[in-house]
Amino acid sequence: MKAWDAIVIGGGHNGLVNACYLQRAGLDVLVVEKNGWVGGAATSRELTPGFLYSNCSYVCSLFRPEIMRDLELPRFGLQVISYEGGAVFTRDGDYLANYRDHDAHRREFARFSRRDAEAYDRYSRDVTRQCRFIQPLLMRTAPDPTSFRPRDLGELLYLGKKFAGLSAEEMALTLRFWTMSISDFLDEYFETDVIKANFALSGIIGTALGPMSPGTAYVLLHHYMGEVDGSVGAWGYARGGMGAVTKALAASFQASGGTIRTGAEVDHVLIQRGKAKGVVLADGEEIYGRLVVSNADVKRTFLKLVEEKELPDIFLRRVRNFKIRGSSGKVNIALDSLPEFPALPKDSPVYRGDMHFTDSMERMERAYDDWKAGRWSADPFLDMVIPTTLDPTMAPPGKHFMSCFVQYAPPKVNGREWTDADRDGFAESVISQIAEYSPGFRDRIVHMEVRTPREIEAEVGLTEGNIFQGELTFDQLLFNRPVPGYAQYRSPVGGLYICGSSTHPGGGVMGAPGRNAAAEILRDLAKPNQHMSPAHDVI
Amino acid sequence: MAQAIKKKSSAPTTSPIISARIAAQSHFRALRRGTPFQPRIDALARTNDWYNWAGYRAPHSLWDEELEYFAIRSQAALFDISPMTKYRIEGKDAEAFLNRVTLRDVTKLKSSRVHYTAWCDDEGFVLDDGTLFRLSPTRFRLCSQERHLPWLLDGAIGFDVTVEEETEAVAGLALQGPTSFAVLRDAGFSGVEQLKVFDLADFPHDGGAQGIGQVTISRTGFTGDLGYELFVPAEQALSLWDRLMAAGELRGIRAVGYTALNRARLEAGLIVANADFVTAEHAIRADRLRMPDEIGLGFMIDLEKGHFNGRRAILEARVKNRLRHVLVGLEIEGNIPAEHAIVYHRKSQEVGLVSAAMWSPMAKRNIAIASLARPFDDTMVDDLWVEIYAMRELQYQKLMKRAKVVPRPFIKLDRRTANPPADF
Repeated sequence: MKAWDAIVIGGGHNGLVNACYLQRAGLDVLVVEKNGWVGGAATSRELTPGFLYSNCSYVCSLFRPEIMRDLELPRFGLQVISYEGGAVFTRDGDYLANYRDHDAHRREFARFSRRDAEAYDRYSRDVTRQCRFIQPLLMRTAPDPTSFRPRDLGELLYLGKKFAGLSAEEMALTLRFWTMSISDFLDEYFETDVIKANFALSGIIGTALGPMSPGTAYVLLHHYMGEVDGSVGAWGYARGGMGAVTKALAASFQASGGTIRTGAEVDHVLIQRGKAKGVVLADGEEIYGRLVVSNADVKRTFLKLVEEKELPDIFLRRVRNFKIRGSSGKVNIALDSLPEFPALPKDSPVYRGDMHFTDSMERMERAYDDWKAGRWSADPFLDMVIPTTLDPTMAPPGKHFMSCFVQYAPPKVNGREWTDADRDGFAESVISQIAEYSPGFRDRIVHMEVRTPREIEAEVGLTEGNIFQGELTFDQLLFNRPVPGYAQYRSPVGGLYICGSSTHPGGGVMGAPGRNAAAEILRDLAKPNQHMSPAHDVI
Repeated sequence: MAQAIKKKSSAPTTSPIISARIAAQSHFRALRRGTPFQPRIDALARTNDWYNWAGYRAPHSLWDEELEYFAIRSQAALFDISPMTKYRIEGKDAEAFLNRVTLRDVTKLKSSRVHYTAWCDDEGFVLDDGTLFRLSPTRFRLCSQERHLPWLLDGAIGFDVTVEEETEAVAGLALQGPTSFAVLRDAGFSGVEQLKVFDLADFPHDGGAQGIGQVTISRTGFTGDLGYELFVPAEQALSLWDRLMAAGELRGIRAVGYTALNRARLEAGLIVANADFVTAEHAIRADRLRMPDEIGLGFMIDLEKGHFNGRRAILEARVKNRLRHVLVGLEIEGNIPAEHAIVYHRKSQEVGLVSAAMWSPMAKRNIAIASLARPFDDTMVDDLWVEIYAMRELQYQKLMKRAKVVPRPFIKLDRRTANPPADF
């Protein structure tokens, strides 16, 4: 019977990145995917005729350009288009916009506060400095601080040197950044509520924390350290929807000889004498492999796909306690025309950017209060984009696809499972918020897909629908991600690796976990890795 | 009547603040704004050679960048300085506040005087340089390249002082060159001959529809030449321009762009923030930060005047010999400008970088401003070289030229300081 060199469980972006690198190193790799399509959370699906839905992940910035180049993704159709600004609508009939032009940005802020307008330079300097510190760590395996292997010592030394290279002021800022709440952090720079709310949204996205919870400042940084073609911090749309990323990865993988099986749900990992030997599908089929890589999150991998007896107690306990809390949902909408927002001039570039309605820190925190009480937010925080304003491939001319990322949505409603009625209520909270700012919005809706944590977990496989496969809090970062002692993509089971966003450096469509895991696997196999570019220089 | 009242009460009431804010939304349609002088400048813009100065559409040149430079040195040149950041600082404690924030001793700055100063963060790194105008015992104007409102407001805590940004409200013109005094006199600014270098005074100016206004004229400038700077409320900008142009017609007055001014300032040995050094709030890389002593502004530091922002760090760096850089004037052999050339010691050891360079028509020398790593210039001044990469018809002509540290300014014009000022 055939034994693959490697079996990758899950065809999400990290699974595919991992598979691509392994295949290109000469391994014979099989990707097994439970859905009838690949992509995981980065998909474009035609849910109603003529409309492509980026129905989970919806914008692109973090995906590492080194990976795009290594895996020849442009050749397989990947194109990322920067988007143009964005805005927070205010309840007094105005809005606060973000413009790409530096001086326009300042003038816009000056409409609300001259002081805050001029505080932006210092803020962006400090955030940029922190991003430059962290960026090079993304494409490196985190060191094991307890190990005395030369490699770990070397990596620790690298980390230490980078830290020691900071000025006293920067060191202080780094520690604050990693531990503070985004609200406290923004208080250091800005005085205007809506301006703070405008920045704070990056600190809570995908996170079961409110803007006043410690640790959210780092989440903001995580969203700032991406780029679109060298423009650091910029966000864009993948042309053809986020599925274009995974479609290109799948094509690259297949072009290099890799095999993908869709509709193949893994029931469990086949383990013999403490070593992974393959996978068993839900229908009982056994597939053999010399090693198994799981793209599933750490909980799904070790609590569902591996039998408990194969794992050490402490490891199991830590996996169980790993914070991977559902906090968000999606409402994806096909529109028969571009919505109008009376507050927003018709020629505003904001239509081609991200729009929000939460104009104060308190509203944002109150939305989180609902989550803590086990309810979806009555007044939710939305990150709303209309990619079809820039991407002609996703809807017929004049028609639009709108993606609404919605926070907060609890994994369970008042302690019980989500029902269809709950889902509809959740959708209504979103639509009514939009309609408040865009009269006639309901009439434009052609089709709508609503995804609560229940749908995201069931369809995508993300535990509790958590988009990062685990919170990006400092206790779960670097050599503690996902759990201490297992931050180097290996597991207690021989030959079983993990490569999803549960691992360093974490979530977002970044590809770095998949790539770093491939580097570790190739190291274990003593295979060459010249096809993997090192991280681009940060100069 | 009753109906009108009823209608009024039922209409949604929006506060004037919100209405004003909403009215200001449309700025996004003009990313490069015009200054109050823009109609006049546009009319003279033959080259349409614009650049972005702090969000304003400003001319690199208007008709000929070489000849514009000669207008500064031979006649009188008008240069629009409206985009410069301006703060109005007023109050009982304005002097004490500015003494705390800036390097020089503000108690020594008399009313109706101007001084060139700089200010630092708490680590002693330069946030900016600029000019401080003392308009009255309790009222000042601070002009600078970058924006500092949060810094100034934070510094003002505990002082009886107000700080307001007035960049848009106040229009500014530099009138520079040998006939600049004659132009002002002929324009009817009587008493302007009394102004000595760094003096300022208010003069009446007919603001057209706005009625009688005032223009503040100081004998200052950025050219090392005889020259003045004029500030008026934005509404009176055009009438001031017209008044000067009319009076200057027989004195060869011309409007000029930044390229010409930049040449004049380099001959005068003056530095430009974020061209010759990186300001502290913009420096991403920690090693780019500079203390005043490292960019030739050490002379401003007054350790006797009491505490000021950055004092402790500056003092410590001096005592512990931690100053790493020095900004110098260079004279370079030959006539090829050494813009952004690397400076070497003994043709091999890299010791610095040229930030601005040109052939000086007034000095007939090849001049440059450079930042060097100490001890070069401190104790080692000989055997310095610059490597010039001159692109000529798609090939770099690489030249290694000897450089000599020389004092700034590179030119010294008696007419700049002559009292009374001459007609040309």
